[in-house]
Amino acid sequence: MKSVSIGRVLGSALVLGLLFSSAAYAQGAGAGGGRGGFTEQGGEAIFKNVCQGCHMPQAQGAVGAGMYPALAKNPKLEVSGYPVSVVVNGQKAMPAFGGMFSDQQVADVVNYIRTHFGNSYKDKVTPADVKSARP
Amino acid sequence: MSEQVLAPMSRRSLFRMIGMAAGSAVMYQAMSDLGYAGESGYTGPIKLEGDPKGSSVLVLGAGLAGLTAALELSKAGYKVQVLEYQHKAGGRNISIRGGDTVNELGGFTQHCQFDQGFYVNPGPMRIPYHHIALLDYCKRLNVPLEPFSIINYNAMIHNSKAFGGKPKRYREVETDFRGYVSELLAKCTSQGKLEQSVTKEDTEVLLQALRSWGALDRNYEYKKSELVSNHRGYDVDPGGGLSWQPTNSEPMAMSELLQSRLWTGLLTGHEYEYQMTMFQPVGGMDRISAGFVRALPPDMIKYNCKVTEVKQDANGVTVSYVDAQKGGAPQTATANWCVNTIPTTILSQVPMQIGAPLKNAINSLSYSAGFKAGVQMKRRWWEDDERIYGGITYTDQPVALISYPSTQFMQTQKGVVLGAYTFGPHAFELTSMTPEERMKVVVDCGAAIHPQYRTEFENGVSVGWHRMPFTLGCFAQWTEANREKSYNALCAIDGRMVLAGEHASHLGAWQEGAIVSALDAIKRLHQRVVSA
Repeated sequence: MKSVSIGRVLGSALVLGLLFSSAAYAQGAGAGGGRGGFTEQGGEAIFKNVCQGCHMPQAQGAVGAGMYPALAKNPKLEVSGYPVSVVVNGQKAMPAFGGMFSDQQVADVVNYIRTHFGNSYKDKVTPADVKSARP
Repeated sequence: MSEQVLAPMSRRSLFRMIGMAAGSAVMYQAMSDLGYAGESGYTGPIKLEGDPKGSSVLVLGAGLAGLTAALELSKAGYKVQVLEYQHKAGGRNISIRGGDTVNELGGFTQHCQFDQGFYVNPGPMRIPYHHIALLDYCKRLNVPLEPFSIINYNAMIHNSKAFGGKPKRYREVETDFRGYVSELLAKCTSQGKLEQSVTKEDTEVLLQALRSWGALDRNYEYKKSELVSNHRGYDVDPGGGLSWQPTNSEPMAMSELLQSRLWTGLLTGHEYEYQMTMFQPVGGMDRISAGFVRALPPDMIKYNCKVTEVKQDANGVTVSYVDAQKGGAPQTATANWCVNTIPTTILSQVPMQIGAPLKNAINSLSYSAGFKAGVQMKRRWWEDDERIYGGITYTDQPVALISYPSTQFMQTQKGVVLGAYTFGPHAFELTSMTPEERMKVVVDCGAAIHPQYRTEFENGVSVGWHRMPFTLGCFAQWTEANREKSYNALCAIDGRMVLAGEHASHLGAWQEGAIVSALDAIKRLHQRVVSA
């Protein structure tokens, strides 16, 4: 796990280094200030390299002066459009990740979260669902 | 506080790209629209004239905005109480030293192992010369400053996919880029291709300028020569006696230089926010918040207070809070007015009696990711081996840059470099790792530029800002559209409360923004009080 996630981070640098056109930068405006975006593929890789920064490795959330909600056993994930919208458009402290993820990436990570960490929702999100959630 | 060159993207990098693509006028317009250009409006120490009539103010948060409000309001005669979530003041104005513990959300704990005298500034690390409010407070609060080296011609620019992954010196990239651009423009000029834009008289001067500016030869060509080496450096430097002769260096091939994108590493120091002279407090950035605390009456700040609710009516505010560590039953504090500097990431989760415009503005504002790492080295190899004294090396790798210490040159055996300072996706990715995993990335990236990292690394400490319990992010992420829609509402007085902080400024992410935001907020609040 350790070497895998580091390899992914270094790998993403190599790919993103190719995105030097101004168009790629300007279109990437989003939570991170707008670089090309994340290169991780697959729900698990996206969760481990991005989401768990705040939602924590077991999706258990965290509490400080404010809190990051647990995604584990979270009934708000039942209607799939809700997590899709939150990932794409953000909500309060949650940045909008729409500009840094493809439709496929959002679908993959939402499907991963909705079938792990004590969640077992059977219906799948498709990239088309994500596309329709974009502003 | 952001700057990115080769890989990650900050908003300033975005401006930079806009500037390169569309010209500086468009870039300035874009910056102005987003509120990152222009003056801070500071005109000297604030004068709150008139009788506050015994009014009291609750200040929420003891970062630079809260400390500024507390200091100035108490001087003006208000009864001031500050509630702070942490056990110390400063907010993002912090330094980490040996013996300090960094507690992250999720239970990740780091114990900084730096030797005595070393520190890293994981938040702001440098002060522009035009951030005159902050500089004025440093002067008034007796916080000694020293130069922060922003440009170092002997530091590196590195792209892992160019020149076989070998870094180039800033002076080499800068001179070669300047030389080739001058040569090309001189060719156009002398071939008469610019006659539509340049008069005959100006053409002569332009050619003179290009020859001098670009280190061109008498044929207006940029190529290996003593003149060029006098700009970009020599293969063998001039010396004395009979032992050796200077050897000129060979410029990079123009196409390879262009394709390498190393020129993106030239831009930072030319931008208004990063022009020399920049400053840092001697001994660590948190000397500034310490200066404020020294100037405040004792016991004005109550620590370990986690705000849980804000109520208000026509006469004042009532703030509920619990012990940040132990929780327990809520306590309340009341005052006639409230200056609220809590970041919006947290404020959006606190029940507050406020109007819809302010609530919507708070809810609209998430925070950027940011990541920094400080690395202690067994010896100052960047000085001893590389002759790099301060300044910044840029890279396309996840760490984005290496900033060498601007102080203690050649005075200590060991030293602490800033081994990572990154935003955007890389910052999210690094934040998601354990502290141990992060440090492996930091060392791997550093070693790709400086092999000494492998043998001289001693210990390190890192901060992923989304895991900081008191901010939940690095700085407010304004977009142009949201600034248009929400900024005025965010700054407006709502009943008995006004917000302040870098998020309520046009100088986002800068300490100056926090201070001038607080000064503007208390000025408006004071006008209400004295005119009532």
